[in-house]
Amino acid sequence: MKNSALWIKNGRIIDPKNNRDEIADLFAINGTIVESLSDECKAFATCIDATGLVVCPGLIDVHVHLREPGQTHKEDIATGTQAAAAGGFTSIVCMPNTTPAIDNPSVVKAIQATAKKHSPINLYVSGTITLNREGKDLAPIGALKDAGVVAITDDGDCVQDNGVMRKALEYAKMHDLVVMDHCQDMSLTQGSVMHEGEVSLRLGLTGWPSVAEDIIVSRNCLLSATTGAHVHMQHITAGSAVEIIRQAKKQGVNVTAELTPHHLSLTDESVGTFDTRFKMNPPLRTEKDRQELIAGLLDGTLDIIATDHAPHAPHEKDTDFDHAPFGLIGLETSLAVCLENLVHNELCDLNTLISKMTHEAARIVKIDKGTLSTGADADITLFDPQEAWVVSEQTSYSKSTNSPWMGETLRGKIKQTIVAGKVVFSDTELTQAPEATIHHTEPAGNPSA
Amino acid sequence: MSTNNSWNRKDLVGTYELSKQEIQTLFAAATPFKKLLSQKGATHPSLANRMVANLFLEPSTRTQMAFDAAARRLNAASTTLNGSASSLTKGESLRDTALNLQALDVDIIVMRHSSPGAAHFVSKIVDIPVINAGDGAHEHPTQALLDCFTLHEHFNGDLAGKEIVIVGDILHSRVARSNIWALKTLGASVTLVGPAPLVPQGFRHFGITISHDLKSAVSQADAVIMLRVQRERQKENNIPSLGEYTKQFALTQERLCWLKPEAIILHPGPINRGVEIDAHVADSPRTKILEQVTNGIAIRMAALHLCHAHVHGENGMETLPQ
Repeated sequence: MKNSALWIKNGRIIDPKNNRDEIADLFAINGTIVESLSDECKAFATCIDATGLVVCPGLIDVHVHLREPGQTHKEDIATGTQAAAAGGFTSIVCMPNTTPAIDNPSVVKAIQATAKKHSPINLYVSGTITLNREGKDLAPIGALKDAGVVAITDDGDCVQDNGVMRKALEYAKMHDLVVMDHCQDMSLTQGSVMHEGEVSLRLGLTGWPSVAEDIIVSRNCLLSATTGAHVHMQHITAGSAVEIIRQAKKQGVNVTAELTPHHLSLTDESVGTFDTRFKMNPPLRTEKDRQELIAGLLDGTLDIIATDHAPHAPHEKDTDFDHAPFGLIGLETSLAVCLENLVHNELCDLNTLISKMTHEAARIVKIDKGTLSTGADADITLFDPQEAWVVSEQTSYSKSTNSPWMGETLRGKIKQTIVAGKVVFSDTELTQAPEATIHHTEPAGNPSA
Repeated sequence: MSTNNSWNRKDLVGTYELSKQEIQTLFAAATPFKKLLSQKGATHPSLANRMVANLFLEPSTRTQMAFDAAARRLNAASTTLNGSASSLTKGESLRDTALNLQALDVDIIVMRHSSPGAAHFVSKIVDIPVINAGDGAHEHPTQALLDCFTLHEHFNGDLAGKEIVIVGDILHSRVARSNIWALKTLGASVTLVGPAPLVPQGFRHFGITISHDLKSAVSQADAVIMLRVQRERQKENNIPSLGEYTKQFALTQERLCWLKPEAIILHPGPINRGVEIDAHVADSPRTKILEQVTNGIAIRMAALHLCHAHVHGENGMETLPQ
């Protein structure tokens, strides 16, 4: 095999895992980060001028809905992973609420095979906790692990039965898998479509009270404490839930949690005119919650940023609020929204944000990613933190356009996304990198499979 | 009151967005229509050769009849599409239904739907007026406006400082919400009474008093609006039993003495005699239930007339019956 070399010049290298933040060059050979290039290698290396850009580990998103198999009119593996690349993500974890659900190894294998053909980035798969995500019978967790899943979750259908959840955690512990949970007590959220509060009362929409999240977060903390299993709380929305997790972590309970770009930037006030772009589950909450979520992110209670990228076709969202599906797309706007709401307003430094989108995320699903250490996979994201751009349907890679930021101007632009040393996304034509478009890389699919 | 005000809305979707002047304009328009109603069979031709479509995707009898009566008194033809929102969404989308009605050359859509915001959604799609006849628990503006018109007449055109008590299932009630917004806009004080799960404390955000004590609340009232108890709420455990509800929140003959002598009683209907209100109370001269029905036609005539005039670039206040 011919050697390939990459020389990223003069960028601001931010590698939080290694406490590195300096203007320097970054090198890779054959898809691996190296200390330096020989003169011979430099001669044929692909050169990227990163002057004025941040060069960081490729971003990682552990919560993505790719809709394949089953709902490919919303998104598919090819378009979803291309959107991820355009958003600076080099590794993502897809959720198992597909049709059929990812509750057996054959679906895992099918997704991996498709990813190998069509994904420009590393696609990791999560499996279900229970068969068909029904919350009753456990999925074959060991077989799923053998097939390569990095987590188990019933995603949108939170396991309600505490006995089932306990056994799931025991199996997950045995197989060294994280259990990701969408924390929602269904008995408190029948028919709920938005946060229960002033706005829902005014609009007559059925409310989703914060306590429904708090109860399951508490349940998960208690079950994690008794089983020792790692429970990862998906998309936390309530300040009260942040406090529960904070206290559990103080006691050493093995729990982690994620925050979405939309919950840290938007509130239930956005729903004010029945705008279905703001219908999501769990719902946007109050300004007070939003502040407490950010505080939780900054003090480490909430470990990471994850998008919950949830594509829906335009005609599905174009209806009355009750009948519109929950969710929004987020891969292509995640970094910019976080920059706008955390970094540009000086709540958070760039290093902290990047750590929560790279090595911290890798730690949760135990993948060897998220750093620019010598010898690491050359998964690298280059972005201009200040460049303003307009979110538009024309430039979006996702099949769906259900983003509240559509048409908005955001500051923070992904310039290049590099997977295993190859440029898989570039926002401009590159003279020195002929492969500077979306293309298929190897290996795709689950590297550990 | 001045009748020179104009109406600048295509639609009547809710009372939340209405100004005091807009509400008073509607009342001013309703007044001559009410007078017309007192003449058997009299009509006013403001909707002559026009078609009103009743899009009722949730069952209704009296609201639909009142809108029909209003349309007929304005010389409009009306057509009705009955169905359920769920059967609709299986096939044709709400957007397509709305566009089809417009393509049928309908002039006004009167719609009821089980989902909050449905009328708002349709109003953004079509160029013709949309009158909300109830959208989930969101709004039922014509019911509230007829209630407020009834109060307005009774209190000689001034609700400022009047204490209005609304009793019942507030949480699930579009009538309550529309009344709350309109009453507040008109300067009245509003107290909500009912069991805790159905009268959430969150309503305090809107400058409203919450009470679970019927006696103390109604003793201050200038008017009491009794809401119908929906029997299905019992299945959801929002009320333990109808008997439990009645024991605490029904307006019975014995409890009438809790009210000030001059206080009046309203009920949007249909009434459940023996549940939220005693037969004796329902039939007493203090209740305005049948007055409300008449006012309901007048208010709906006003709403149809004004919205229709607006989309045709006319000031509907200049084309009212003499």
